[in-house]
Amino acid sequence: MALTANTILICAGGACISSGEESVKQALEREISKYALQDVVRIVETGCMGACSLGPLMVIYPEGVFYQKLTPKAAQEIVEEHLLKGRVVEEYLYKGPTGEIVPQVAEKLPFFSRQVRIVTRNVGFIDPKNIEEYIARDGYFALAKVLREMTSEEVIEEVKKSGLRGRGGAGFPTGLKWELTRKGTSQKKFVVCNADEGDPGAFMDRSVLEGDPHTVLEAMIIAGYAIGANQGYIYVRAEYPLAIERLNTAISQAREYGFLGSNIMGTEFSFDIEIRIGAGAFVCGEETALIASIEGKRGQPRVKPPYPAERGVWDCSTLINNVETFANIPPIILKGADWFKSIGTENSPGTKVFALAGKIVNTGLVEVPMGITLKELLYEIGGGSSTGKPIKAVQTGGPSGGCIPAQYFDTPVDYDSLQKLGAIMGSGGMIVMDEDDCMVDVAKFFLEFTVDESCGKCTPCREGTRQMLRILEKITSGEGTEEDLYELKALGETIKDTALCGLGQTAPNPVLSTLEYYRDEYEMHVKEKRCPALKCKDLTRYVIDESKCVGCTACARVCPVNAISGEVRKAHVIDNEKCVRCGSCIEVCRFNAINKVSP
Amino acid sequence: MKVDLSEVRKIVNQAKTESLQEGDMLVNILHCVQDHFGNFIPPEAAEIVAQELDIPLSKVYEVLTFYTMFSTKPRGKYVIRVCVNLPCHVTGGRQIMETLKEELKIDVGETTADGMFTLETTSCLGLCGVSPVIMVNDTYYGDLTPKKVREIIEELRAGGDEK
Repeated sequence: MALTANTILICAGGACISSGEESVKQALEREISKYALQDVVRIVETGCMGACSLGPLMVIYPEGVFYQKLTPKAAQEIVEEHLLKGRVVEEYLYKGPTGEIVPQVAEKLPFFSRQVRIVTRNVGFIDPKNIEEYIARDGYFALAKVLREMTSEEVIEEVKKSGLRGRGGAGFPTGLKWELTRKGTSQKKFVVCNADEGDPGAFMDRSVLEGDPHTVLEAMIIAGYAIGANQGYIYVRAEYPLAIERLNTAISQAREYGFLGSNIMGTEFSFDIEIRIGAGAFVCGEETALIASIEGKRGQPRVKPPYPAERGVWDCSTLINNVETFANIPPIILKGADWFKSIGTENSPGTKVFALAGKIVNTGLVEVPMGITLKELLYEIGGGSSTGKPIKAVQTGGPSGGCIPAQYFDTPVDYDSLQKLGAIMGSGGMIVMDEDDCMVDVAKFFLEFTVDESCGKCTPCREGTRQMLRILEKITSGEGTEEDLYELKALGETIKDTALCGLGQTAPNPVLSTLEYYRDEYEMHVKEKRCPALKCKDLTRYVIDESKCVGCTACARVCPVNAISGEVRKAHVIDNEKCVRCGSCIEVCRFNAINKVSP
Repeated sequence: MKVDLSEVRKIVNQAKTESLQEGDMLVNILHCVQDHFGNFIPPEAAEIVAQELDIPLSKVYEVLTFYTMFSTKPRGKYVIRVCVNLPCHVTGGRQIMETLKEELKIDVGETTADGMFTLETTSCLGLCGVSPVIMVNDTYYGDLTPKKVREIIEELRAGGDEK
């Protein structure tokens, strides 16, 4: 590698690409070659740096200056000023809430400085398409250590000792899973990486696959050695084309370097990995459904036991771990179980990657030690509400999880504490909501999702969730009764107890948790026919404030159903019988004269 | 549409030789066949897949119709997938969907008469940091507003490729 004066790390994660990373990179390249800097400036496209709300973004080394919200024009200025003249371009630096300029965010900004990065240790720092950059950061060292110095029992012992728990959601002890699979009696065994990340609001697996694919491969090879398997599958969703592309590159590089294939690193051990692509079925994240899909069948779950450790792919003993779990393995092997246990809490050691989304200032990915409180996570790291209105609740665990109201934000984030609140850790999605979000609407929203994604195999999930949705629709349209609330709870509890797989058993959680914490909101919908958040269309009306309306007719012209009438320069009125509550009039009114009210 | 069946046979056999394990390639093969035909799997092609893998046609359809990404009907040149999950919902996703329906004058699951656009929903795309999000074929668009959506559609209509 030639010595360079500057290295530019530009984030090429999915979010930055969607906001125009490609054109920024092209502008950089063009300007750099215009000034003949190509021999002294190196551009590296990295994986997701985590701060999605600031994209497209890049960091220029050696100084570590962080530029955000870039455009091709910004790229041109930065090349001319920063690279040529050594002057930092203030306009594109990060500015804190009080307007202060922060050039080096890594040390100064809590969003970065409070992170402890194990899983995402390389994401955003290396070129994911180049195996040598991974090796330069101790990549495949853990594999070498395992193959040269450790027996498979010792590997399993180390993982067990570390206390690592499955990061896919349920938190099953990883070492124990490895041991059970090793003890499996089938002749052939498989290692499967569950990369069918589908929980709404969770995107850490995508970021690891796109930003550091080799860490997943390395961990899978180690797992294969530990349990006695020679083949692995990575099951990725088709919605992640970039992750699939990066994994394919990584697999062929690993084969070339002798980390995959026969006689790995000159030993007796052989292992290879194949990618299996999903086709848009949420339920395939459930392990038995995922196995069925790998086998080329409909992705429907089956009754457990037998667990995959006994009977998995082709009825052979199969180890299934998710991406984030695997990404923890190489550091545990290299640094030891004791080091890992020193991070996080006693029952949930290590870190967890959270995806912050919804109404929060710093959306994106953060990796923090387990046991951090929700308050620290949402306010200190996440920067608090993005709308100026207080945060009302945070939804964790997607359609399997629950809503945690603000009064519980002192709760430490670990598997057991969240479960006690009726939510779950899930895969780590955190969706922040403020007072404009209606909890009944949120619950209905998740039910719509589960009804849509239910595979239809068992009755409680197929029919039960549909009935729950029907009741919620009744409530949000103002037809609900108090009896419905009772029904909703009873039905939810029945589904929880009787559904076949994890998807069905947890499907009522969003309803049950909001019923518990926001019963008053449900009751307002039922008794007063009122939606305090003004979200439920049938319970809201649009009115024009006569004192503010100047009669500009903008609203009347935009209304798709001609529900607004009035003379020019005189106050207009909305006919709520005709109004479809599309909100177009509010969008065009320049005088803030149109309000939603309930009832 | 005329279906070149020998081509389908080639795709199936290619996938067969690339796979490490026998018999687990149906989903993968369907992906390949669908890519070959643009974005759907014609009945004739499904029959060839069944023949080549020596499985009943019903089994091919069982799998084909289970997964939302596969289609038995021709889809538009641009398949627009709108994320309909909570992070996109709380940041204005419903408006994005309304705008698309209005612009394209079709409902979810339908294709425009000119064969340009198909509107579908998708589960979380994992780009919640820049929600609301849509995916047009393999390209993501984030931080959307009704205005941006209209611009994207206009660009695609004008014959521009995805960005």
